[in-house]
Formats: sequence, C-alpha cells, structure tokens
Amino acid sequence: MDIHEYQAKEILAKFGVAVPAGALAYSPEQAAYRARELGGDRWIVKAQVHAGGRGKAGGVKLCNSEHDIHEATEGMFGRKIVTHQTGAEGKGIYRVYVEAAVAFNREIYLGFVLDRSSQRVMIVASSEGGMEIEEISASRPDSIVRSTVEPAVGLQEFQAREIAYKLGIPAALTQQMVRTLQGCYRAFRDLDATMVEINPLVVTADNRILALDAKMTFDTNALFRHPQIAELRDKSQEDPRESRAADRGLAYIGLSGNIGCIVNGAGLAMATMDTIKLAGGEPANFLDIGGGATPERVAKAFRLVMSDKNVQAVLVNIFAGINRCDWVAEGVVQALRAEPVDVPVIVRLSGTNVEEGQKILAQSGLPIIRANTLMEAAERAVIAWQNDRKQMMRAV
Amino acid sequence: MSIFLDRSSRVVVQGITGRMAQFHTKEMLDYGTNVVAGVVPGKGGETVMGIPVFNTMKEAVAATSCDTSLVFVPPPFAADSIMEAADGGIRYCVCITDGIPAQDMIRVKRYMMRYPRERRMVLTGPNCAGTISPGKALLGIMPGHIYLSGNVGIVSRSGTLGYEAAQQLKDRGIGISTSVGIGGDPINGSSFRDILERFETDPDTHIVCMIGEIGGPQEAEAAAYIQEHMTKPVIAYIAGLTAPKGRTMGHAGAIISAFGESASEKVEILTAAGVTVAENPSVIGETVARVMAKRAA
Repeated sequence: MDIHEYQAKEILAKFGVAVPAGALAYSPEQAAYRARELGGDRWIVKAQVHAGGRGKAGGVKLCNSEHDIHEATEGMFGRKIVTHQTGAEGKGIYRVYVEAAVAFNREIYLGFVLDRSSQRVMIVASSEGGMEIEEISASRPDSIVRSTVEPAVGLQEFQAREIAYKLGIPAALTQQMVRTLQGCYRAFRDLDATMVEINPLVVTADNRILALDAKMTFDTNALFRHPQIAELRDKSQEDPRESRAADRGLAYIGLSGNIGCIVNGAGLAMATMDTIKLAGGEPANFLDIGGGATPERVAKAFRLVMSDKNVQAVLVNIFAGINRCDWVAEGVVQALRAEPVDVPVIVRLSGTNVEEGQKILAQSGLPIIRANTLMEAAERAVIAWQNDRKQMMRAV
Repeated sequence: MSIFLDRSSRVVVQGITGRMAQFHTKEMLDYGTNVVAGVVPGKGGETVMGIPVFNTMKEAVAATSCDTSLVFVPPPFAADSIMEAADGGIRYCVCITDGIPAQDMIRVKRYMMRYPRERRMVLTGPNCAGTISPGKALLGIMPGHIYLSGNVGIVSRSGTLGYEAAQQLKDRGIGISTSVGIGGDPINGSSFRDILERFETDPDTHIVCMIGEIGGPQEAEAAAYIQEHMTKPVIAYIAGLTAPKGRTMGHAGAIISAFGESASEKVEILTAAGVTVAENPSVIGETVARVMAKRAA
C-alpha cells in the first residue's frame, strides 16, 4: 500500500529523519496561506499523488510569491497527472504540499527494499541523487552502495558509517547520516514497510542532512497490526474497479484489452491472460477469485468484470480440484441466469468431474461457448469478440 | 524414493481445529497420509477425527514421534508456528497460510539458521498448495487424484498451475515422483534451486517440470544451477508475459520490480541455460512428453 509524500515525511520525522518545514493544502487559497505561515520567500509546491516522476509531469513547482503559489496550484487541483508510473489514466491531484525551499550542495539517493535474493532488508544508496534508481543503475552503476541488514540485530552503526564514507558525506555530518539511516531502517522494520525511498536526500548549504522527498510502501499483509497506517489508504489514488474488488476480497487488476477473465488462482490467471495474448487478443483484466469458486463468488466476479465497458467477451477458466467441475458449472449457470450478460461467455473447466461439468453447461440452454484446453478457450474468445455474436453461436 | 515425503512420514497438523484444516486433514487421511497429531495452543487433550491435539509441538513430538508438519495457522500467528516446528525437531514443514507479513518470514528464515544443518528443518511455502508424492503421502490442499505416480518432479510457485500440469500429465499417462509447491510469497522457505537440488539426487525423478512466474530472482538462480549442475532435463513454463510492471498480480511475490524479473526475461534466461520452455500452459504436458521421448530415444 502506497502513502503520500507528506505522510511518509511525517512518519520518518518521528523516527529522527530531518525533513523541511511544510504544510498540506486542499485549495489554492489554503496553499498560499500555508506559505505565509511557513515564512520565507521561496517555496516548493508539490502535487500529492501516489506516483513517481511528478517533477517532469508538472507536479512540482518552485514559487517566489503567494501569487505564484495560487497560480501554480490552481493548475494542479482537480487535474490528473500522468507520469510513467501512473498509466495513461493518470492520478487525480486533491492535495498539495507546500514546503520552504532549501538551498543544497549535494543530492543523494537512499532506498530501503526487501531484497529477495538475500531475503533481508537491503540499503541501496548512491552519490548521484535526483535521478531515478533505474537511471542511476544504467548510467552510474559504480556510484551504488549496497548493504544488507542482519534481521536479528538490526542496522549497526558501523554499517551506516561505511555507507556515509562511501557516499562522501562531509566528516562533520557522519553522525547525522548515521541517525538518518538508522531512523529509516527502524521505520521500515517497526511499521512493516516494503520500501522506503528518499530521493533526493540532500546536504544543505548550511550543512544539514535533509530528506527533500520521501516515499513509503507498506506490506498489505501486515496492515492488521498497523491500523494507523491502514487509515492512510487514499482511494482517490486507486483504480475504482480495483478498490471495489479489494473491498470484496477479490484480487483484480484492470488492463486495457477487451476480453474479461475470471480465473481461480493467481498463476493460472496470469497464464490465462498470456494465452489470450498469444491467441491474438488483449486481456481486459487480471482476476483471481480464489480457491473456492462458489456461485456467489462467480456472480460477484461477473459483475466486476462487466463493470468495465471495454469488455466484449468473458473467458472463465476454472481448475476445479476439490470443488468439482459440476459444482463450478452450476455456479456459472446460476450466476448467468440471475444476471445475464450481453457479451459472449467462454467457459473452460478442468479437473475433477469435467464431463459432468460440461454437460451442465451444455444443457443449461445458456449461450455458453465451451472449450477443452486453455488455448482453445482463448482462441474462441478472440473469435467471439472479433465476430458478430450470433454468427459465433451458429459456428459452435 | 521421493523427496520430503513417504509412507513412513508422521504428520502433525498445526491449527488442526480450524474449519479448513479439518477438511483437508480428512482429505489427507483418505489419501493414506499418516496424520498422527495436531497442535493448537489451548486445545491440548482434545481430539479431531480421533487424532490427539497437543498444546505445544514438543509435547506432540514426544507423544507421537511426528516428524513432518503442515501449518494451517492464520497469518498473524503462522510465523510463530513455523518457528515452533523448527524448534520442536520437525524435519519437513509445509506452510499453506496465505498473507504472512514479509518481515515475519525474514525472521523465520533467520531463526531456522540457528540449528546446525543436519537438524535444520526444511520449509516449503508459505502461500502454497503443499507437497505430494503420489501413492505415498499428500501434505497440503491439492486434489490427490489428479496425480499419477511416476518419474516427473514438479516444482511450482502457483497452486492451480501445478494442478494444471499434473492433470495434463495424467491425461497422457505420465506420473509424478513428487510435486512441490514453493508458494507465491516474496520470502519463501525453499527456492526453485533448493528443490531442483533434491530432484537431481532423487533416483525416482527423471525429469523436472518447473512452473515459475514474474517477480523475484529465483527462476534466474535456478537457471544458473541447471546450467552448471543438473544432469536431468528441465522443462519450464513462466506465467505473466502480459503482466504490467510494478503491479502485484495476486501473489504477494508476483511483482516486477527489477531487471530480469519479467516473464520474457526469465524465459530468455532459462532458454539460454538449456531449459525447454513451454510457450503456453496448454502444452506443458505435451512438452514434458516430448522431452521424455527424446531422452528415451
């Protein structure tokens, strides 16, 4: 789960990481007022969206007067910001963070991630801050410093010092850097983060270490023990279909194609999307309805998939092991009888009692297109959305 | 021979009093798995389907000599249960639970290191379907009847894709030595490489079918091992060619966050290591059959 920059800064500050003075605003008037409260004569206004790359997309502006701030934020509020991380849809700007501008000499990249190779928390830092880490890895890989944290004892001072020296932090600031690193690690560990990124972390003109930007991502599996983090969820930054699905306990991800997918199991769901693509189509979504394909879950899944207006065919792919195919077929038939859909439905069942399942689908009188293998199902789904529906039904 | 499980495995189910655990314990008993104990703190002295329940793992081991554990404990308490199994002397543990915090798993893996190698527990999962050696024992939630006994080793991150492979092989009359689910989480007990090492030395396994997906380094690490050390043929399928970058595809671990973690990069790396990669999931069985025929010829 992502949170906003200003929330991440608030959290990190509590763990001893120095951040610039700043305040949140919900309107241009409030933004100008906040600037006056902060004092000074140069401010940065930053659109609060759950995506990186805001600067290039016009989401970060340097302002020299309250008038500037009013004008800059007027162009932000209610607008969608599109960066390489948001997708074409973009993310809406509803909050703006105003900060006193800071003069600095150096920019450092600092990241904490779950390293899946060592299965530990890893610190990734570079003297080339300000660029994204992908860019740094490509252009200045030699500048990257890595260090893994022993989980039983946490981040040791010597490790933090080593990082500070390798980054060339001025000697007088070593202790500040150590405090910053240890603060970030404690925040990561205590709050079950999966990522903490400060880019840039700067050495200011007046010799302080300061986090100019901050990003934190949290482990959704651990939110049960961090209600204060769970509360920071901002639905305005999520795809509404995905939010609805998550609230109903379904794993759904909206994509741009037009063949909807209803599948049990995450691996099989990805494999179904891939097979549609191989057959010449484009999947409209990822959807894992979980192990028990009950009629209620199947009905919910149809409602969810059909709420995407681009969907022109639906492919149901269920491997029924302990839940037999005949039972799953009953569920599909019940769901479609209760709420008929106006696009072709292709069903592929596999596993236990597959013949009985097929028979139930065939005898239902519903215009269900059946398939034996996943490839066959994908091919039929592609033909179905390409051709006129009636023509398709005659062919089958 | 098979890996991890055989008829002599003495199984303890942690969290046996839960609804799902009871259902699958019954399935395992029907399959012939030797379930001898349950562990649920506070429920010691009760029985479930005639199986004695203990408060602690140490008591269960002392009373029943159980050596193999299956964890059905809810996510907030699952890590603790795995560590209790490791401390209690269990040799092999499968954790089914989906939704364990990643940092809990980091602690579990660190904790397991405190035991010397010869008595260190092996963990597979969490967030997996379990392990089965057909005709011998079933430890998990998979439908036992889709697995024929034979000489193909299956190792899969996904549960249902593993079933899909087993069913396709059964339809061709091809059987399985052991099928192991390593699970969909970012921090897991055993990696592809760990399981491949076991299959390589298992006389009953002649060929391995490996089912991976986007996210994480374990397919690439497996490729390096296969190229350098494996004599047995490996066929693979990788799910997620159409998965967008940076999105979590159902499994907590199915997210592309670094170079080499996309499906197309993994297919490339595995192919370069001499692995036969099935282009789509419908041809997994066919591909295994083809490689087996080539090997026999």
